[in-house]
Amino acid sequence: MTPDDQQLLSWVPRLRRYARALAGNRDDADDLVQDTLERAWAKSALWRGVADMRGWLFGIMHNLHVDGVRRPRLATQSIDDDTPEVATAPTQGERLAVLDLQAALDQLPVEQKEIVLLVALEDMAYADVAKALGIPIGTVMSRLSRGRERLRALMDGRDPPVRLKVVK
Amino acid sequence: MNPITEAELHAFVDGQLTPERHREIEASLVQRPEEALRVQSYRDQKRELRALFDPVLDEALPQRVLDAARPRAPWYTRRWVAGLAIALISGAAGWGLHGAWQAASSPAGQLPMAGFAQRAAVAHAVYSPEQRRPVEVDAAHEDQLVAWLSKRMGAPMKPPHLQALGYALEGGRLLPGGRGPVAQFMYRDAGGRRLTLYVSNEIGELSSPSASGAHGVNRETAFRFAREGQLNVFYWVEGRFGYAISAEADRAALTEVSSEVYHQLTKGATGG
Repeated sequence: MTPDDQQLLSWVPRLRRYARALAGNRDDADDLVQDTLERAWAKSALWRGVADMRGWLFGIMHNLHVDGVRRPRLATQSIDDDTPEVATAPTQGERLAVLDLQAALDQLPVEQKEIVLLVALEDMAYADVAKALGIPIGTVMSRLSRGRERLRALMDGRDPPVRLKVVK
Repeated sequence: MNPITEAELHAFVDGQLTPERHREIEASLVQRPEEALRVQSYRDQKRELRALFDPVLDEALPQRVLDAARPRAPWYTRRWVAGLAIALISGAAGWGLHGAWQAASSPAGQLPMAGFAQRAAVAHAVYSPEQRRPVEVDAAHEDQLVAWLSKRMGAPMKPPHLQALGYALEGGRLLPGGRGPVAQFMYRDAGGRRLTLYVSNEIGELSSPSASGAHGVNRETAFRFAREGQLNVFYWVEGRFGYAISAEADRAALTEVSSEVYHQLTKGATGG
């Protein structure tokens, strides 16, 4: 393998984590990861000029997810159907909380969800989020704020707030 | 101090403020219970999101994702799938370990694999439970391991790297094979479960004594699968080397590892 090959492979687990959170289920998430990797290879001539590989890859995934650009897939027989899911043994209370979070997350508008997830899962700097998603940093901040507050309200069983306020 | 903006409150949660501003806001939150509550809530969100999705990082990568991470859909994929299908059919037909090995060594089988795969399984069973001395040379001395095994095996012996699949190299050892030395590499996953890769160079000699060149004798790579109790063995012949991967992992996980090992080896690390 060339270093570039390995570099791309090394991002795959994190792309899968983000895609799982974004898509909500394993198959759709891996579709998204697969499409992202294929697109990255198609553009591999650009790699030399890519300073932030992570931002570039997550940007590709963003475009594919938001545009819903999906090539039609042939029916294929999966050879990893019995690949075990990672075993987790949460207590009853934790499991309920986790399910609540997943359900709440699914109710966020996609543009808020993406930013909440990139910041939470990737610890991505706001400027890098803005660059990856191709939006101004002010938009990143307002979507982050709305997304987090909405998530909080959903988790608390309240109606999400309709507007922001500035803390004085 | 300046009023705290909404953006700053989030930057505080995410540790993206200057240290001075961070301290200022931290101090002022004592007087602002409502904002302090929001900060706590956002921090909880981050923690819970990580708890929910971090396990994905440790999952074995699906084959189609692994393939997509590589330059292009590799030519061997279809052949690999075909080989796997044969192995699965063999398993479904209820052949036990003995049957599978017998099939491999029968005239219809490509090569006399029986002894080779069986020795690999035995070597795994012997050394994988070893706590104090699972390997002769550990991964910290990988250079020495490679030099030593390459010299004794008479060909470059570079262990494949399987970190992406969750297996770290522990090291390796030299073992007696049917006719000469055999290399065994040992790997370990985060849960301490071990996986071994057994490499034998006696295969080509057995099948065709005249063919010992770099091109080997086996144009087709056939993947075979055998099982004994909890131990699964995936084995194949490439060039003049026989490879066997043994682990108490399920067949799908072992298939992924085998595919990755095969991919790395055909890139020329070993057996070329």
